[in-house]
This record gives sequence, C-alpha cells and structure tokens, in this order.
Amino acid sequence: MADKMATRQAYGDFLVEKGKTKKNLIVMDADLSKSTMTAGFAKAYPDRFFNMGIAEQNLYGVAAGLALSGKVVCASTFAMFASGRAFEIIRNSIGYTRANVKVCATHAGISVGEDGASHQTFEDIALMRTVPGMTVLNPSDANSAKKLLEQAVETDGPFYVRLGRLAVPVLYADDADIRVGRGQCLRDGKDYTVIATGLMTGEALAAAETLAAEGVDVRVIDMHTIKPLDGEIIEKAAAETKGLVTAEEHSVIGGLGGAVAAYTAAHCPVRIAFVGQKDTYGESGKPPELLQKYGMTAADIASAVRSLAG
Amino acid sequence: MAADLKKIANEIRIDIVKQVYFAGSGHPGGSLSAAEILTVLYFDEMNIDPADPKRGDRDKFVLSKGHAAPVLYGALAERGFFPKEELWKLRKLGAMLQGHPSVKTTPGVEISTGSLGQGFSVSAGMALASRMDGGGRVYVLLGDGELEEGLVWETAMAAGHYKLDNLCAIIDWNGLQIDGRNSDVMTVAPIDGKFSSFGFNVLTVDGHSIPEITEAFKKARACKGKPTAILAKTVKGKGVSFMEDEAGWHGKGPTEEEARKALAELGGAL
Repeated sequence: MADKMATRQAYGDFLVEKGKTKKNLIVMDADLSKSTMTAGFAKAYPDRFFNMGIAEQNLYGVAAGLALSGKVVCASTFAMFASGRAFEIIRNSIGYTRANVKVCATHAGISVGEDGASHQTFEDIALMRTVPGMTVLNPSDANSAKKLLEQAVETDGPFYVRLGRLAVPVLYADDADIRVGRGQCLRDGKDYTVIATGLMTGEALAAAETLAAEGVDVRVIDMHTIKPLDGEIIEKAAAETKGLVTAEEHSVIGGLGGAVAAYTAAHCPVRIAFVGQKDTYGESGKPPELLQKYGMTAADIASAVRSLAG
Repeated sequence: MAADLKKIANEIRIDIVKQVYFAGSGHPGGSLSAAEILTVLYFDEMNIDPADPKRGDRDKFVLSKGHAAPVLYGALAERGFFPKEELWKLRKLGAMLQGHPSVKTTPGVEISTGSLGQGFSVSAGMALASRMDGGGRVYVLLGDGELEEGLVWETAMAAGHYKLDNLCAIIDWNGLQIDGRNSDVMTVAPIDGKFSSFGFNVLTVDGHSIPEITEAFKKARACKGKPTAILAKTVKGKGVSFMEDEAGWHGKGPTEEEARKALAELGGAL
C-alpha cells in the first residue's frame, strides 16, 4: 500500500474486489463515477452499475427501490449533494424504510479544494446523524475505509460513509482490527485526549508529537464511527485525562464535536475544545492552504490542547 | 367480471368514507377518485397473494400519492391482506394503518410514501431489480398535482432511459390539488406530451371506467421497450355528490352528518 491514498480510491478498489463475490451488490452514481471512483466497478460489472445522470434525488429513490427488492446498494455522489440535495429522500425512502442502502459520499469537507464553497460540505455528518437508524462512518485512511465499508455492505440497513478527495496518510496496518461503532485508540496519553475523525486523525497524531516535545502527553482516538458513538472510550478518556479536543473536517455545529459534547454532558461532564469549520463557508484554494486558513491542521489541534491546559 | 369489480369499487368507497370519518382526518377526495383504478389492479390485473404478501414473483403496487392511503387500505382489506377492523383504527396511536402508507407496519404496502415524487422514484428501482431477477411488474399511482415535483421528472427520464417496460405509472388526473385547480396553482398540462417526450408509452382512459382501465393495463403489458403512463381522467371525490370536484375535500374528514349522507349515497352505513 502506498504511504498516502484517498479514501475515495480505497472505496473504488473495495467495490471492484467485493463485486467479485457479492453478486447482489449494485453500485449507482450520478454522473461523477470517475471522481467518486465507482467507474472501476462500472467497467468490471456493467450489468450491476446504474448511472442515474445528474439527478441525486432520483439516485437515492431508485437505490431504495433496488434495496427493498433484495439488493445491497452503494450509491455515490459528492457529499454535498448526497446529504444536502437528497436529504429528504434519504430520510423518508431510505431511513424510514430501513432500506439496505449505503450512501457512499465523496469529496466531503474543505479538502475538496479548488472547486470552492458550493462543493465543500461541513453539514453532512450533522444531517445524517439525525436520521434514525442511520450509521454514520467517517474513515481516516484507506485501510480503515476498506474495513468499514466491508462491514457496512455486510450489515443490513442504511449507512452514510463519508469519503474524501485528498490523498491522506495510511494510518492502519492491513491487519488492523477495526469495527463499526468502536473508536480506535491510536496513541495513549494521560494529560489530554484528542478525539478525531476523518483526515483530522492524521493531524491529531502529528499534534500529539508536537505536544510530546513540550511535555504534554496526548491520547489520540480515531472516532471513525460518529453514530453509533462509542461512549465507553469517551468516558474512559474523560475520566483518565484532563480534557478533550474534538477534531473534524466538518462544522463545529452538529458533527463529531456536537455528538461528543452531548454525550459527555449527559454522562461524564468534561472540558472540551472544538476544532473544525467555524460556522462559515469555504472558498477556492489548495487543500493544505484551506485546511490552514480555516483552522483544521495539527497546529490548530495543538493550540486547542494548550487552551485547555492554560 | 366488470359488474363485480364495480361493486368492489363501491365497497372501497364506503371504506374510504368510514376510515376518514372514524379517523377524524385524512384525504377523501383523492382516495375516492382512484377507487376503480385500485379495484382493477388488486382484483384483476396484479399477480398477488394476500396469504403471502412478500412472494418473490409478485407484481408490486406503489401509492406515490401516499395521502390517498384510505383507497389503498380499502383495497388491501377487501382483498384480504388484513382484517377490515383495522380500517377503523386509521391514524390512531399504535395502529397498523398510518396516516400515510408505511412498509414497516402494513402487509401489502411495498414502500412508505407520503412525500410526493418519492414513490415513483422507488418504483423505478423496484422495476430495475425486477428486470434483473425476472420478477413481476411494478405499478405506481401518482397524483396530477404530484407531477409538479421535480423528482417525478428525474424518475421519468431514468425510466425512459432504462426502457423500464415492466413499469406502469397511472396518473390520477382529477385536476385539483390542495390550493385549487392545477391550472390556477401550477400548470401541469399537457401531461401526455410530457410523458411521451420522456420516452413513455402514453394511454388516456376514463379513470372510472373499469373496462377502459382493464384494457389499458393489457396494452401496457404488451408494450415492449418503453414504460407506460396511463392518464386516468377522474373526478376528485367521485361517488359522493358534495365532495365531487371540490378541492376543499382534499384533506379533511367529514362530520357525522356528512359521513351519513355520503354513505347513504353509496349504499353504506356507519
């Protein structure tokens, strides 16, 4: 495996591999198959791929119909249009009916880059976690993406899988034991805990290195599953360390930070600092420039930890 | 046969009036307009088995205009999918029959609907799956007001593109929607030209004529390479004189006096 790989690429590879044995796996797209990486599946299994054209609402309605007829459906478009434009179709025709549809949404967050604000969604996790019965996944690297997708496809019911455009560091070994609903402690620490998700997990590990040099011992948890949230690992962190930082490439409203804050407020009150997109739109630029400008880097996580210490 | 079906359609109308009366709310107008359509589907056209509602080779019906739930529930109960007593609990807490159809609670309901346009979209997915697996046909009923939803045309485009000849849409063309006539609220006409330009085989029938509806379903089955849209010209509130062609009866339940009067016209009683 390469040092870096986009989670969307891992998704595309997963589909081609899974399609060999899972004969009732259907893949759908809305004219973005070369970007979402479903094109590989389309080429390998043309009879099981449906391009619905630039029509995201119908993409998810038809996906529901296929799923209710016994198919397992991975239906992809950009996260903005899946979670935003098609929200109510996903809520009523997939969530309410418990249809076996995996909403595999790529190009999430600001790391979309040059396309700019219209395509950079910071709302999708917030929207999707309010749908009853929806499992919400946000893998941090290519290996965990494949393992989480495997479980999503083999588990009945609706899933939202958030995938990125940008190549990100591979954090997990091929044989890592990664399970839906169980946060992953990637680095132990006794002073503070960073709970990160998606590409911010790699940033959190870098921040922990920086802080270690300053004598601050930071625990890093990869919360790849936003819903159902791993309460146990949060309670342990709240009890064993002095405060939490949540880190996500998503709005600080309603995403991982909101989920962790609601959980800790009810079960284990603790100080939290939130790293993520501040209630604002993005803009065009290179992904690293944007992550820096909008405050979603290792340096921002380190500052947040220091703010708790101070 | 046609005489028997006519009698069943009348029974379903009685069921509709009683359901919305006991519920105290609901949608009688657009339910009454579709009584013959559902009668022909459930008692003549569709290959279904009330004793085995999930049978693999069955034909499927989707009520995309989900607010007309009382006509679907009436047809399902008359066909034996569940006891008629359930009808009188419509819209009550814990009832099998929800205000809009729910696939999770009601035998014979294929998909939860109510948010307009979505049932049509889901039915196209069912038709795709059925074609892959050699399953039955898929029928979907839309309202004419529902055609104002953008999703309907996304679906129509895809159904034409994928040549879903096992998909048959029926448009309950009663000309009215909540705020008044389609022509005043939002022009949906011409409906036939729209569907034909999206690649549909389009048929127009009197939606209260059982022989015409039966014949249209035969023609739809015979049509290869295209989905069919049957424009069924109907009267909203059909069968109850004071509800006929009145937009005000789209979404309200009758008083006891109104219910008794309606049932007297239909030969039923509370």
